[in-house]
Amino acid sequence: MSNFFSKSDLTRQDADKLVSETLNNCDDGELYLEESKSESILLDDNKIKSSNYSSDLGFGFRAISNEVVAYSYSNEISKDSLKNSSENLKSTLKSIKGTYNHEIPKSNKKFYEEINPIEQKTLDSKLEVLNKVNDFLRKKDVSVKQVTASFAGEQKSIEIIRSGGEALTDVRPLIRFNVSVMLEKNGRKETGVYGIGGRQSYDEYLKNDNWKNVCEEAYRIASVNLESKPAPAGEMKVVLGPGWPAILIHEAIGHGLEGDFNRKRTSAFHNLMGEKVASEGVTIVDDGTIDNRRGSLTIDDEGTPTERTVLIENGILKNFMQDRHNARLMNTRSTGSGRRENYRHIVLPRMRNTMMLSGNQAQDEMIKSVDKGIFAVSFGGGQVDITSGKFVFNCTEAYEINNGKIGSPIKGATLIGDGPSILKEVSMVGNDMMLDPGIGTCGKAGQGVPVGVAQPSILIDKMTVGGTKL
Amino acid sequence: MVKDQEFLKSKASYCLDLAKKMGATDASVSVGHSISETVNFRNKSLEASDRSDGLALSIETYLGKKRSSISSSNLLDENIKTLIEKCFETTKITPEDEFNSLPDKNLLAKQIKSLDLYDETRFENDKKIKYLKDLEESASLDKQIINTESSFTVNKSNFILANSDGFCDGYKKSSFSASCVTVAKDENSMERDYEFSSKRHLSDIEEATDLGNKAAKQTIRKLSPNKIGSEKISIIFDKRISKGMLNVFANAISASAIARGTSFLKDKINQQVFAKSINVIDKPDIIKGMGSQNFDSEGVNSNKLQLIENGILKNYLVDTYNGKKLNLKSNGRSGGTTNLYFENGIISYEDLMKKNSRSLYITETIGHGSNLVTGDYSVGATGFLVEHGEFKYPVNEITIAGNFKDMFKNIILANDLEFEYSVNSPTMMIEGMTVAGK
Repeated sequence: MSNFFSKSDLTRQDADKLVSETLNNCDDGELYLEESKSESILLDDNKIKSSNYSSDLGFGFRAISNEVVAYSYSNEISKDSLKNSSENLKSTLKSIKGTYNHEIPKSNKKFYEEINPIEQKTLDSKLEVLNKVNDFLRKKDVSVKQVTASFAGEQKSIEIIRSGGEALTDVRPLIRFNVSVMLEKNGRKETGVYGIGGRQSYDEYLKNDNWKNVCEEAYRIASVNLESKPAPAGEMKVVLGPGWPAILIHEAIGHGLEGDFNRKRTSAFHNLMGEKVASEGVTIVDDGTIDNRRGSLTIDDEGTPTERTVLIENGILKNFMQDRHNARLMNTRSTGSGRRENYRHIVLPRMRNTMMLSGNQAQDEMIKSVDKGIFAVSFGGGQVDITSGKFVFNCTEAYEINNGKIGSPIKGATLIGDGPSILKEVSMVGNDMMLDPGIGTCGKAGQGVPVGVAQPSILIDKMTVGGTKL
Repeated sequence: MVKDQEFLKSKASYCLDLAKKMGATDASVSVGHSISETVNFRNKSLEASDRSDGLALSIETYLGKKRSSISSSNLLDENIKTLIEKCFETTKITPEDEFNSLPDKNLLAKQIKSLDLYDETRFENDKKIKYLKDLEESASLDKQIINTESSFTVNKSNFILANSDGFCDGYKKSSFSASCVTVAKDENSMERDYEFSSKRHLSDIEEATDLGNKAAKQTIRKLSPNKIGSEKISIIFDKRISKGMLNVFANAISASAIARGTSFLKDKINQQVFAKSINVIDKPDIIKGMGSQNFDSEGVNSNKLQLIENGILKNYLVDTYNGKKLNLKSNGRSGGTTNLYFENGIISYEDLMKKNSRSLYITETIGHGSNLVTGDYSVGATGFLVEHGEFKYPVNEITIAGNFKDMFKNIILANDLEFEYSVNSPTMMIEGMTVAGK
């Protein structure tokens, strides 16, 4: 755990005093202290292209009264700097008074260990794995023309000091290992990308030569795409594979169920609480409590323990995801979903691990039932317009389905749909729920946070596929 | 106040001296300070205020052809010392790379000319509040507007870039940005749109009422959209989308993508890649330009560069490392383009709109559907159906798709270029793309 006051003229007592004095007449707020250490090591084009280490330290001071949020941050932890911030907050909120809510739930559960993954594996051994990846892939096939492999690791320590001196702390490890391979054959080039990661040590993910499986998967995707034909254009049936394709859920309905957009009534879902928004049999949860997952958090960035929030139960909209600010204004409680990229950013309600739970159908039944459509196995990323509800995601591995059989691979295409209605088009839910491999980053208002997704195979009766073939 | 040149220089030379003392053969360092103040409004009242004050340091140390880097926001001497030690230790065990080096000395910027990138005007929060009040008043005049959110940000920054070959320079920059997002609703739909203005100087910022009006108008016209059928149709890209084509092009001609072989424009130098009428220019010395710079992120002097001349690819964007791989000199584009633009076409906006009896006008795209390796393009889109030069009705939940290699050769540009941002394009038409809808 970091001691944020050891190298500063600011003592813990000074900080407590200033926080209490600043937030006294506010509804909520806190001093958020953060220290992060991170590294990235990249092999590219047959060489170790870069090795970067970064350390970051700073605080964000937040005061909230009524609907107004005042925020000030600095990377100088000192008496002067904190005083300046305090003055800033006071001047913004001078005419708005509130009553501080001291209540914050507690939990002793931790969902990951307080390790520093960077220190747990030597640089030499990381370089060795990257070089092995490069050799392995280039020896595998002469059509391998480019290999990129990388390690990214970080340890983030946070301390939240609330008015009255209550302090909440967390130490969060996070790693990611990624391989990208480009193949060139008969004048065509295609890439395949695969990665793994989570909140444990590098070696936990690399044991049993698991790096080879990552290479094989990236290679497999690139090989499939070398044979791909132009994708069809128009509305058709879509079968989604299990695991990572759940970014559909993340984009289509996840963002629309975040508290802020619903408080402001700018989400297409704001007036649908208690209504049927999905087919029967569709249950979706957002869960911050799965051990060692990329999207898991022991406490969120306001200090609230995370939980498993049921968003949609058997087709009915049950809950939004809330941080303290939006929860207070909507007369409900925080779901432990208050997150920020780092101390430079304000807290927003965000997703953690968003999952559609298993049903009881088999994937091959779904495929057999489709006359003409596509089977989408892997995706690049997605995006949503919260207000209109329209969302997209991009296939990186997909196949035609003709007369109940999987046909040729098709080129990467964007799929577009309407969030509030897409889940009503889900006609089959598979029995094969899978978590993604631990690679997701969600962007909102310029802030990226690590997230996870999961789902079983599903059949969607109607979706628009953005190919070029009419 | 943003830290002055002297403070930043003293930190930079402290780092360089220390790296040298530890045995680094070369080193480069950049130190920056930035202060930014934002006020957010929602539905005509204050929603948030945000002040940030941040220092940033990054150092690269070399041992011959070995290199590694560190970055930090903590500029205390003691911390810097620990980090440089760590950086240099890492450098020692990092494998050699023959292309690693500081930039050629004779390419470094020598004279810094003033590009008027800094406006020291203070624009206090109460003035921002007044601006946003006016803006939201005008944005919410129409009853169909049910939500307005706006913000005003002032950013002031200063930096120093220095290396062990004696380069040491930097300058102040400012930006003033106002933006507005509006939501409109009718019985059939709820839609969102936006408008923004971002300038180096406060006096150049768009009038608050104009900004609010535009955002509202652009949102209301999207209400009650239709989905159209799947077809081949000519597509008109609004300026805010057409400039995105330039970003794709710039990424595809970065020396890094070319050297790695992962660009659909590899080996296309001196070949026709755009329609013959197309010229693309990157100009670093536009006065008050949002992308203007005196030198790139390595200190290399940057001059005006013609990237596309009559449709022919003339230059890549070259930095030192990838330049060495390609046997090319850096042209001062480490960090990318500066002020990038298409030169005007010869046809007016009105004539472009009327060129086909039926076309699709795109105002927004969503998704990350640009593949730089293959050139394949497929994104979600929102816009309007145009018939005989007139907007007929709004369209959404469609995708547009094609391949950049073909799209670039079919571009027709209007003559309505304006220098608003760091990347600028006239309105654009591309014929023969595929729309997927119903």
